[in-house]
Amino acid sequence: MSARATPTTWKPPRLIAHPYYRHGFTILAIAYLIWSVGSLDIDWTRASHGLPRAADMFARMVPPDFGRWQLLVKGMIESVQMALAASLFGMMLAIPLGLCAARNLAPLPVYLVGRALLAITRTFHEVIIAIFFVKIFGFGPLAGILTLVVASMSFIGKMLAEDIENLPPGQMEAVRATGASFPKMLLYAIQPQILPRYLGVSIYRLDANIRHSTVVGIVGAGGIGQVLAASFSRYDYDFSLAILITIVALVFLGEFFSHWVRARLR
Amino acid sequence: MLSITDLSKVYKTGTRALDGVSLTVDKPQVVAIIGSSGAGKSTLIRCINRLVEPTAGQICLNDLDVTTLSRRELRKARRRMGMIFQEYNLVERLTVMENLLSGRLGYVSLWQAYRRNYPPHDIAAAFELLDRVGLNGYQDTRADELSGGQRQRVGIARALMQQPDLLLVDEPTASLDPKTSRQIMRLLCELAQERGTPALVNIHDVGLAQDFSDRIIGLSGAKIVFDGHPSELDANALTAIYGEEDWSATIRKVEDEDTKRENDMKTFEQEGAAG
Repeated sequence: MSARATPTTWKPPRLIAHPYYRHGFTILAIAYLIWSVGSLDIDWTRASHGLPRAADMFARMVPPDFGRWQLLVKGMIESVQMALAASLFGMMLAIPLGLCAARNLAPLPVYLVGRALLAITRTFHEVIIAIFFVKIFGFGPLAGILTLVVASMSFIGKMLAEDIENLPPGQMEAVRATGASFPKMLLYAIQPQILPRYLGVSIYRLDANIRHSTVVGIVGAGGIGQVLAASFSRYDYDFSLAILITIVALVFLGEFFSHWVRARLR
Repeated sequence: MLSITDLSKVYKTGTRALDGVSLTVDKPQVVAIIGSSGAGKSTLIRCINRLVEPTAGQICLNDLDVTTLSRRELRKARRRMGMIFQEYNLVERLTVMENLLSGRLGYVSLWQAYRRNYPPHDIAAAFELLDRVGLNGYQDTRADELSGGQRQRVGIARALMQQPDLLLVDEPTASLDPKTSRQIMRLLCELAQERGTPALVNIHDVGLAQDFSDRIIGLSGAKIVFDGHPSELDANALTAIYGEEDWSATIRKVEDEDTKRENDMKTFEQEGAAG
């Protein structure tokens, strides 16, 4: 037997060691919760007035009116075209952007510019970018495509940069050690390791672009969203429902397609 | 062939990895470099092809001063130095053949590299090497489907595809089991001998170093503390390299050597390409 008693209890170390700080944080969190609920300022009478209006709107939505299907199909095709074109150009632009924003490939100044571009383009929501482009290029699908190109480029570019940074350095070292130049190193050590993920992310982005192409239309950037916004402002709620149903169907299809492709990329 | 003079490397963190290291390899021989972790073995090897930039000193390969080369000249010089790694460092999603051919990247155009359009003599050399390292028929297998031993065979073949003047080998067996380790070391040393290529081999396993090398260099505290024939490596030398320890079990018994070699050869012939 040892002279010192062996401990029989053990507790994991606390996240915040000091009890004053620990309890202080708990009290602050509770106080904030109470304050934020109190400051919500919900006008219950107004909310109750909204209910019959909602009921009226939904009543006027059914049955959905597919009578103007030509307009519907035209908007739909425009949306899908916007999504496809934007995905393709976004994919292409994402490659140089992703390479520039990968710390293990780019020298520091290039890296900072690349990361800054990624950060700026990701700061603004698609709708805000769309408003910009509508102001510049006027109403229509061009503004919508440009919006989605910018969004796709920064999304795929960021994923690409992160994937490249996570690559094990040994393979690049080995290819460099054979005397290969930088472009050859990209071709043999980076491209084969990154390609499946890049395609997977791009397909996911195509699926997302189909959804977003319906949204950017609402601010006038073309596609089915623009038709939907117009129908709402004209109180053609039955036509609106027809559009919504079609959008749901399209998004489902896109989701299926994206899932099917990505399952085959492993 | 290779002469290193007063080579020093101080990392940005202030760590002195090499401190005035000088050595000459003037004939085709396998030189094992031993020493504890952090003694500077990896840095020494990586300074030679400048994957690590030396702080001071001179490295001459066949009268070419490697340390002063421009980036373009350095790429040309790297083509003459084959490197083999502990973690094999194969490009996992490429086939065995593509990994082998990547050893010729310095000799083809970017377009040829992209199209995998290598000259016939490179393809022939690749098939011959594949056969020689015991991987006949594996050309279309993806590198990530291979076992550790098989991967290192591809790693060796890739380095030899460069037809190097010098092999730089960094812990080739540290990720392998003892038997595969012996097979890989034997293959490596045989190939170096056949082709008359000198090899610098970083290795942790003192036993393997003694069994397979023609010369052992001991690094300790960024300096060379031993340089001699494997038979000269005694308890005093090991203490100088690694520090105080009872070395009686580590030191190879000379009279056992011949029987051990014979046994190794037998198992090698039996297993052949299977490993």
